[in-house]
Amino acid sequence: MIQIDIHKKLHGSQGDMDLDVKLEIQKGEFIALMGESGSGKTTLLRVLAGLEKAEGDIRVEDVYWLKKQKMLPPQQREIGFVFQDYALFENMSVEENLLYVNDDKVLVKKLLQMTELNRLAKRNVKSLSGGQKQRVSLCRAMMNKPKLLLMDEPLSALDPAMRTKLQDEILKLHKTFGTTTIMVSHDTDVSYNLSDRILVLDHGKIIANGTPQEILLKTSTITYTLSV
Amino acid sequence: MEIFDFASLDFAPFILSFKLAGLTTLILFVLSLPLAWYLSQTNSKTKPILEAVTALPIVLPPSVLGFYILVVLSPNSSVGGFFEDLLGVKLVFSFTGLVVASCFYSLPFMVQPLQSGFESLNKHMLEASYLAGKSKLQTLLKIALPNIKPSLITALIITFAHTVGEFGVVLMVGGSIPGETKVASVAIYEMVEVMEYGKAHIYSALMVLMSFIVLLSVYIFNHTQRKIGVL
Repeated sequence: MIQIDIHKKLHGSQGDMDLDVKLEIQKGEFIALMGESGSGKTTLLRVLAGLEKAEGDIRVEDVYWLKKQKMLPPQQREIGFVFQDYALFENMSVEENLLYVNDDKVLVKKLLQMTELNRLAKRNVKSLSGGQKQRVSLCRAMMNKPKLLLMDEPLSALDPAMRTKLQDEILKLHKTFGTTTIMVSHDTDVSYNLSDRILVLDHGKIIANGTPQEILLKTSTITYTLSV
Repeated sequence: MEIFDFASLDFAPFILSFKLAGLTTLILFVLSLPLAWYLSQTNSKTKPILEAVTALPIVLPPSVLGFYILVVLSPNSSVGGFFEDLLGVKLVFSFTGLVVASCFYSLPFMVQPLQSGFESLNKHMLEASYLAGKSKLQTLLKIALPNIKPSLITALIITFAHTVGEFGVVLMVGGSIPGETKVASVAIYEMVEVMEYGKAHIYSALMVLMSFIVLLSVYIFNHTQRKIGVL
């Protein structure tokens, strides 16, 4: 289980605000994090990854990733992170990107097969399409068998066909590895199809927390907020 | 113009210039790598101070730089005294002294391209490396450095070429001892002083040609990299 209770002052595009998040996540859960731009979604992900400072506690099973202001460095958190802009190591091939994280050739083969990338294993990542790059990024994030997989709008830069394909692959990987996953998404369809639970963040606070049916199917102000 | 014998041309100053430039480039690369990396990653208040100090050799007259280096390296100073008494190394009017002076003189030409290369890297790419469990040093050597190849080549070549071309600092710190501190630029100066214009022409033309080839190769390399989509 992951217990999160964090506070952070943000100086964002919508002026100053406090990020205040108290949350419990069960092992193996898939959470979609929604909310308007500038509501603090990406910052929350980055705090969980240890890429930004915050105050409070983050406890993963019995290990404190954050206790008051004492941070466990990102290197020791066993996290998989999928960036919106892929952030692949451009000096390396597809295979090398994965092996850099963990020198496990069997796992590389398995992941590349699952995502139909095996024929591209030796290709330099610069020559790949957006969808292929994001699949490599996803595989790379799974290489250290992460306790927590964080994805920052992984599908937003892709065309609809590729989005559907990748959506299936994300779900397949999540289920195969039993990873706990948090995904930032603007897309209600994606969130509905993938997640066990949806959290809606507004001005740094969680304003809705429930199953996709509860959050997305009732006609509330939240649904309206999400659709604009 | 006098007729001269090509065979009588002494290439020792050129060899010395290249030896000096090669050593300076190597030493500066090792020293500048952590400095440029630190400057590219930090938001500390000391950053502008460090940047200004690093850039000083660009704006200072070489004579000023040479004068201070001479003062600091002289056996009468604590630094120069330490090296001479304890290590037996003479730092003024010696090749070792020239290398030290050149490292100061050419520092910005190594640091600045490396720093701007590191700054242009996708921050997320470095973060992905940290999240993969890799240390800052591993990230620097395996991710950052291979991804700034054009900046790296520029830094190495420009530092080398700039050191070959230095004059004021070497003259002040090294003087003109044949085979020890008499580099090509100093040799040309002396030829002009004694009105050996023929030799000065050949030496100068060689310098122009070599500098041009060096710069051309940098630009061709960067152009090719851009064409194949590396940049």
